[in-house]
Amino acid sequence: MALEPAVTDLEQLKSHPEVACLVALNAAAVESAKFDRNELTVYVERTALRGACAALKNDASLQYDFLSDVTCVDWFPREPRFKVVYHLFSTVTKKRVRLKVRLTGDDAAVDSLTPLWPGANFFEREVFDLFGVRFNEHPNLKRILMPDNWEGHPLRKDYPVEGYR
Amino acid sequence: MAEMTPSPVLDAADQTLIMNMGPQHPSTHGVLRLLLEIDGETIVRIMPDIGYLHTGIEKTCEAKFYQQVVPMTDRIDYLCPMTNNLTYCLAVEKLLGLEIPPRAQWLRVMMNELTRINSHLVWLGTHALDIGAMTVFLYCFREREQVLRLFEAVSGQRMMTSYFRIGGVSIEPPLDFFGRVKTFIDAFPEHIDEYENLLTQNPIFVMRTKGVAFLSKQDALALAATGPTLRASGVDVDLRRDGPYSGYENFKFNVPIASEGDVYARYLVRVAELRESQKIVKQALEGIPEGPVKADAPKVVLPDREKMKTQMEALIYHFKIVTEGFTVPEGEVYQAVESPRGEMGYYVVSDGGAKPYRVHMRSPSFANIQTLQKMCEGRLIADVVAAIGSIDIVLGDCDR
Repeated sequence: MALEPAVTDLEQLKSHPEVACLVALNAAAVESAKFDRNELTVYVERTALRGACAALKNDASLQYDFLSDVTCVDWFPREPRFKVVYHLFSTVTKKRVRLKVRLTGDDAAVDSLTPLWPGANFFEREVFDLFGVRFNEHPNLKRILMPDNWEGHPLRKDYPVEGYR
Repeated sequence: MAEMTPSPVLDAADQTLIMNMGPQHPSTHGVLRLLLEIDGETIVRIMPDIGYLHTGIEKTCEAKFYQQVVPMTDRIDYLCPMTNNLTYCLAVEKLLGLEIPPRAQWLRVMMNELTRINSHLVWLGTHALDIGAMTVFLYCFREREQVLRLFEAVSGQRMMTSYFRIGGVSIEPPLDFFGRVKTFIDAFPEHIDEYENLLTQNPIFVMRTKGVAFLSKQDALALAATGPTLRASGVDVDLRRDGPYSGYENFKFNVPIASEGDVYARYLVRVAELRESQKIVKQALEGIPEGPVKADAPKVVLPDREKMKTQMEALIYHFKIVTEGFTVPEGEVYQAVESPRGEMGYYVVSDGGAKPYRVHMRSPSFANIQTLQKMCEGRLIADVVAAIGSIDIVLGDCDR
């Protein structure tokens, strides 16, 4: 199975109902999209994230009712350095979609998804703990894996693998 | 890992007491610490405090070659090492666009289901032990020992197997292996009957579990619960059937679900899964195709020892893979499989180099632990023990 080139043309990707739904909701908020290795990725403007998730969740034909995972990738020293990644799953149609939000290093904050899915709580705490990305309106944004008095965020690329000694 | 500073809780209610449970409590299955806010014997709030086993595996992965990450994945969840191997290998194979030979796929399915049997047996034994039924533990570990011996036969290790490789499995199983699997799997349904005889109708067990730690369908979905925890609340999702990987579409099996959402329902679902796994292993034994167990991709898969000694190209590729790894085309994939605990997902990002740019593990225990609050509020402290057992957490999986 040879790799097929990724499709990044937004017009062409509108054949995917997820992209069509998000563009119909707010065309300006959809920054770009990509279909690669049978997985659909949509870059969303950060203020529009919660609205986009709510639209995908409540759409009668899509029904993305399950938040599988929240994580983050640090592209330091590139800016915007953080890409927060959301994996949505539909327990009805069994399809997956990936939403991504770009965040700059000096203002790494995005709306929390806990109002939509309370299960986002731990995932977002983990991203906060390991990357230092803040989630607005999160009910309990504390460190979860590292000790409370830990300095730095270990999964950032400028944090050495051996830690500070 | 929070410090012992539950100040907001103390302010909120002056009639309640904060009690610490764990991290060394025998029923917490490892190092889970729970802060319980209790009113008499009744739970008002339950605050899981995790991170005691956090080893920074995700960070370590970024400093290793792709093939060196495989043994790291074993150490996440020590009860289902093969499932973690599989998820990681599938993710990297998807990034590479690598096709796996059918025999390797069937071997992977067989080993994966044996892993599920292993994991469920440990769960059943310890869960029953928590609730006070000691005999089941001994029965379960008798069979688990046989599974571990099978693992040892194929990989040389009982627990940290690392049997799967990117591009297939490490080695063809020994000659008598399939016979041994057959002996075990043919006798296994009777053993499940034994466990069920001890528990399913046992009035003490039923009273400790029926109606206890209820989780509704809506809450289970909202709290990102997966696996048997989700299926026992009436949601029909099983990734083996819904997003087939590694040739699961060739196997016939049922997905047991229950709608009661209590500890007893989760018990029934897992025991039914044991029977389904037994069926899958049986089908895998009967229909396993002949052929190679590694993909024909010399730049990714290590050559046979024999070829290495006779062919110059094989020696060069071997040297290059070992010393500088292999490059993976730029991209990102999320591969989810149905682990014994739920959705095990690996999100692997490649920047085109020989080391993964980012490996993230979405572990089922980490998400499932959030359901404890809903399960336990308003119930007794003794039910917390049953609830922890019923979501089948592994703290290594949870903290990574």
